[in-house]
Amino acid sequence: MTLYLFLILGFFAVLSALMVVFSKNPIHSILYLVLTFFAIAGEYVLLNAQFLAIVNIIVYAGAIMVLFLFVVMLLNLNHETEPHKSMLRKLIAVIAAGLLMVVLVGSLKGADTMAIQPFSHNAGLIENLGKVLFDQFLLPFEVSAVLFLAAMVGAVMLGKKDIK
Amino acid sequence: MTFSLFIIYKIVLVVVVFLISLVIAMYSTYAERKVAAFMQDRLGPNRAGPFGILQPVADGVKMFMKEEIIPQVSNKFLFILGPSIAMFTSCITGAVIPWGTSLHLFGHDFSLQVTDINIGILYIMAVTSIGVYGIMIGGWASNNKYSLLGALRASSQMISYEVAMGLAIIALVMHTGTLSLKAIAAQQVGWHWNVFYQPVGFLIFLVCAFAETNRTPFDLPESDSELIGGYHTEYSSMKLGFYLFAEYINMFISSAIMSTLYFGGYNMPLIGRLHLSPNTAAILGVVFLFAKIFFFIFFFMWVRWTVPRFRFDQLMNLGWKILIPLSIFWVAITGFVTLMIHR
Amino acid sequence: MQTLTTRSKVASNKKMTFVEKLYLPAIMGGMALTLKHFFKKKVTIQYPEQKREFAPVFRGQHVLKRDENGAERCTACGLCAVACPAEAITMTAAERKPGEEALYREEKYASVYEINMLRCIFCGLCEEACPKEAIFLTDRMVDTDYVRKNFIYGKDKLVDPLNNPIDVSKRETRETREFKTHPEFTHNKLNTKSLK
Repeated sequence: MTLYLFLILGFFAVLSALMVVFSKNPIHSILYLVLTFFAIAGEYVLLNAQFLAIVNIIVYAGAIMVLFLFVVMLLNLNHETEPHKSMLRKLIAVIAAGLLMVVLVGSLKGADTMAIQPFSHNAGLIENLGKVLFDQFLLPFEVSAVLFLAAMVGAVMLGKKDIK
Repeated sequence: MTFSLFIIYKIVLVVVVFLISLVIAMYSTYAERKVAAFMQDRLGPNRAGPFGILQPVADGVKMFMKEEIIPQVSNKFLFILGPSIAMFTSCITGAVIPWGTSLHLFGHDFSLQVTDINIGILYIMAVTSIGVYGIMIGGWASNNKYSLLGALRASSQMISYEVAMGLAIIALVMHTGTLSLKAIAAQQVGWHWNVFYQPVGFLIFLVCAFAETNRTPFDLPESDSELIGGYHTEYSSMKLGFYLFAEYINMFISSAIMSTLYFGGYNMPLIGRLHLSPNTAAILGVVFLFAKIFFFIFFFMWVRWTVPRFRFDQLMNLGWKILIPLSIFWVAITGFVTLMIHR
Repeated sequence: MQTLTTRSKVASNKKMTFVEKLYLPAIMGGMALTLKHFFKKKVTIQYPEQKREFAPVFRGQHVLKRDENGAERCTACGLCAVACPAEAITMTAAERKPGEEALYREEKYASVYEINMLRCIFCGLCEEACPKEAIFLTDRMVDTDYVRKNFIYGKDKLVDPLNNPIDVSKRETRETREFKTHPEFTHNKLNTKSLK
């Protein structure tokens, strides 16, 4: 049962991820991306990590994608205004993306594979997650919080009309 | 409890909750018109049936009979998807609300909550954050500037007020120590309602609930006098009905959430002294919860017919410059007090 | 300076205090006001069952009156059509045949008399212009309809029904009659002169 659900959700995740790339309309791309996030959230639920699933939906589908949609709606992207892409450009893009894949594969190949820890069904529950975050990973957590603060301040600075 | 019995019980519960939310949404439209009329010294609809109680039926029939118009230049699939998402997201929220304790029938305990997930509040936050897609997609797919403006206003407003709402909920969760709605409702026995411990949090939550449900004074996405109808300008027939209906269901659900989070849910003060049988107490609890919900629905309407609409910059100022700092401040105070108590 | 109403307030630009800036007291005040109105007596008049009393000077659907013997007073002089600012009145005159004395008071009568109720603005100038006390505006409303042509009222709808005459005594006062006929008034003098 769980395996079938996993396969179905995985299929949907990959399919909609592909549709993000292949659909012509940017709005459709974004909506497919939202679908991908939902499929991934489903996978989290299968791992009994409901907190992660919900937070994934709130943050990515509910906030970030809404902002994406917001921007794309204002841009008025359609076929007429889309700049012509020459073959050379497409070739360059393919080579660049291919190189990125090579780098990724290479780095993963060279990395040490850790022994897989026995999967705990309670790892994703909020109590355990909180304990791990505020105990074992307190410093990275706080550092990322500071990072977000810096990003926020930067956004406010950019948003200000005149900087004296 | 056998598996088949469990399935039947859950299906019955889901259908009942669904029907109740639809009927309440239906009669909210009637109540809204009546309340508006009464506050303006009028009588309101009173022709369809005694006191006009068949008015929602008449309205529904009218909605279904109206001509279905899909603009030629619109994106047809998304145009239909918009109201569907709006309706869907407003209907699924009722799943995590504890409507009562549990009924003991035929030797089994039947909990009056569709599902008790341990992150109930976050589930509601997630569903509301998805709800904005219905408005955005519908507004954009209409290919109309008013609709687009309404959609943009809706999305920016919802994102802005979600932050303050989330912070108010964080303060509440710091007080209760759990994210499960069932546990939160169960904690507030007697007079231990959270609103007495979290008054500022409740105020922030209330304001944000108005903004999230697009009710006046935060009805900028649809603001009839500026944007014609906002995101549903191009909609007609039952697709428009879906948008309007979704708004009323949202109002019902957010009233239920407010009652559960801050006003003790199904708990009644002094009920323990009556020594009622558990089943009677549970049913009375449901009645009491619905009384609270109806009060909040009335409150929504009361505010709508009192407070005028905000200007958009005022709305953003209120959200970002007042509510968010206030909620952060309140989170800090709650944390400090909790720390002092648990020392 | 004397104010026109007792409720006027002088606007001031003074800075708001902190409590005023919260807006919450003001909102509470507003809510209390709407709640007060919630329980107030309603002013609605439920139209088909209850009807609002018209003012004595109300001007509604026209009637072409008959005289005491039941003969039509209208003589198709056309003064009402001339007076009508909306040009809603048309008529065709005809000569009274011998034996029709019971039907028409004067020797000339209107064989066709039409008022377009969509054009009519119910100003009452036709009534004022009428030298024969024939046309009056009554306290009846013009009925609604789905087609425009039904709003052109002919004699069938305008002439006073024989069996139950419409009461216009409120509008047909002695003063109005005198105003139209008294020889002291200049307009009556002018009329008689021009006729001579």
